[in-house]
Amino acid sequence: MRNASDPFTIHHSSLNIMHAFTKMTGLVAPLDRVNVDTDQIIPKQFLKTIKRTGLRDGLFFDWRKRKDGSPDPEFFLNQARYQGAAILLTRDNFGCGSSREHAPWALLDQGFRCVIAPSFADIFYNNCFQNGILPVVLKGDEVLSLMIEVTETMGYALTVDLGQQTVTTLRGTAYRFDIDPFRKDCLYRGLDSISLTLQYETAITAYEQRRKADAPWLFADLQ
Amino acid sequence: MAGTTLFDKIWESHVVRAEPDGTTLLYIDRQLVHEVTSPQAFEGLKLAGRRPRRPAATLAVPDHNVPTTDRTLPIADQISAKQIHTLEENCRDFGITLFGMSDIRQGVVHVIGPEQGFTLPGTTIVCGDSHTSTHGAFGALAFGIGTSEVEHVLATQCLVQKRPKTMEIRVDGTLGHRCSAKDIILAIIGQIGTAGGTGSVIEYTGSAICALSMEGRMTLCNMSIEGGARAGMVAPDEKTIAYIKGRPLAPKGELLDQAVHAWHQLRTDVGATYDRTVILRAEDIAPQVSWGTSPGMVAGVDQRVPDPRMMSDEKTRHATERALEYMGLTPNMLMTEITIDKVFIGSCTNSRIEDLRLAADLAKGKKVAKMVHAMVVPGSGLVKQQAEAEGLDRVFREAGFEWREAGCSMCLAMNADVLQPGERCASTSNRNFEGRQGAGGRTHLVSPAMAVAAAVEGHFVDIRHWE
Repeated sequence: MRNASDPFTIHHSSLNIMHAFTKMTGLVAPLDRVNVDTDQIIPKQFLKTIKRTGLRDGLFFDWRKRKDGSPDPEFFLNQARYQGAAILLTRDNFGCGSSREHAPWALLDQGFRCVIAPSFADIFYNNCFQNGILPVVLKGDEVLSLMIEVTETMGYALTVDLGQQTVTTLRGTAYRFDIDPFRKDCLYRGLDSISLTLQYETAITAYEQRRKADAPWLFADLQ
Repeated sequence: MAGTTLFDKIWESHVVRAEPDGTTLLYIDRQLVHEVTSPQAFEGLKLAGRRPRRPAATLAVPDHNVPTTDRTLPIADQISAKQIHTLEENCRDFGITLFGMSDIRQGVVHVIGPEQGFTLPGTTIVCGDSHTSTHGAFGALAFGIGTSEVEHVLATQCLVQKRPKTMEIRVDGTLGHRCSAKDIILAIIGQIGTAGGTGSVIEYTGSAICALSMEGRMTLCNMSIEGGARAGMVAPDEKTIAYIKGRPLAPKGELLDQAVHAWHQLRTDVGATYDRTVILRAEDIAPQVSWGTSPGMVAGVDQRVPDPRMMSDEKTRHATERALEYMGLTPNMLMTEITIDKVFIGSCTNSRIEDLRLAADLAKGKKVAKMVHAMVVPGSGLVKQQAEAEGLDRVFREAGFEWREAGCSMCLAMNADVLQPGERCASTSNRNFEGRQGAGGRTHLVSPAMAVAAAVEGHFVDIRHWE
């Protein structure tokens, strides 16, 4: 964790507005597909909202249904065994495509606090941290073996420990994951990133003055 | 000492402060805002009692959710109307310039930025839209962000970033007859894959890139995100400067001279290195057609639909089987055997005046096939006006194309322009994801020239030999 001399350390306790993520044990749901794009996570008709909440009905909307419109019993969200899942296990390049933050909002609204995959698309990965969701990158073969276990085992749960940076099975097998220390700290403490940045207002103003001297055409609005 | 890349130069000039671990507070010069990804950001500002730091650094326009039919009528969809009104209210409350629905300057956010001279070389530009990479065509660092970051930039004019990797994609040589920037970028994505650029900023270099017009460079950079990259860029040159000069928001007079001098320095030094380099030959790039449900699932029009049974990797085989089933295609069929129901010419990828001129030139004197419904949606009100002044609308109408108002339209089908289940569309847009253009709809990504030829013939044709 960060020490007192760290310039990004926060000085106001009132800034903890986001859900902090420390350690959780949760039911796992598998989505065994690569390149799941954010259009699949939440289709466009749900993007007309002006709120962040209430998006669970749109989550994987097209994949929940069969061609005739009835619920597809094969899709994990429709299966009783995965109700209440808090961890989504999936494959490479999850969250590619559109930048819509409605994707993590919908996952959160459905109860997911953690997504585990071999890789994520950049913007989706960023958006997760803004919403108290932990995206965990494990190796492809680790995800594969977890995918087999979760499919074969009813009530399969994992423990995700952000402090220790581990994902642990109920049998005690632990997988370590990497995470950027700054992102980890913000998520662990549930810090509001705008408040963090606003602490550097003096530095921002100084930058603007400096830059204005070099590139005045970009700062016509500033005195 | 080794030199620095174009990306390095822009990054370095925007560092407000940097931590020893590389976490950087990066200054953002420009933000574009649209109706879909901004309401929650403005709501966040209101709840926290914050104001935008530099309202003049932000430009707003409704585009995703606007009807492309008669603008004098009220919007039929009440929820869409509410989102657009919310943008109007927020811009009024926070002092942000808005090009509203009835403004001639309204259009797709990534068309109007460059059109107005809001997009400038050497700047950092963000928008709550992944295709913000478009603006990299001007030698800017431009990338898409989520709504929380939209709020962050409004409040602070900064973002917290980690330095991305650099990737050079060099394309040398001369493109084939009627081949275009769209074919280059689709071929690139086909080669590097949809996650090939993840964590990287791409700089496009080489003689085939230099030869592209500004519109072509925008098409190219636009789809960088489809290759997984946050941003794509092309170093500014005389074409860039000529494009910018005289635009309403571009610098003028002495400021312009100063800016041009600075823009000339924006290039990768000889001896600078990238983390990765990919090389393509323009001569090898045939007109491209996507056959699957991911932009990397693409082939030359002279190829066949791939056969999953020939694929050794289990994940690729599985994804291909699923894609072909969704697309209703048979392995090994010729790409030219694929017949289509709809044609969409538009989107932030291919709706600029040059795209429309080229499409109209091919459509002149031809007729859209009987079974095909084809539409052209200009990128902005000004593109539409220009096209009409040149008589392009007449050419399209006479050929049987519908001529619409500006907007995102069927690229994401958030408004009333939607594919029906099973319908197959030749589209100049950027995403062929399942259901992207309407639930059950099937999208084939192509260039404007390929789209016109497909509209006329009812199936894909190799435009290099079409007459």
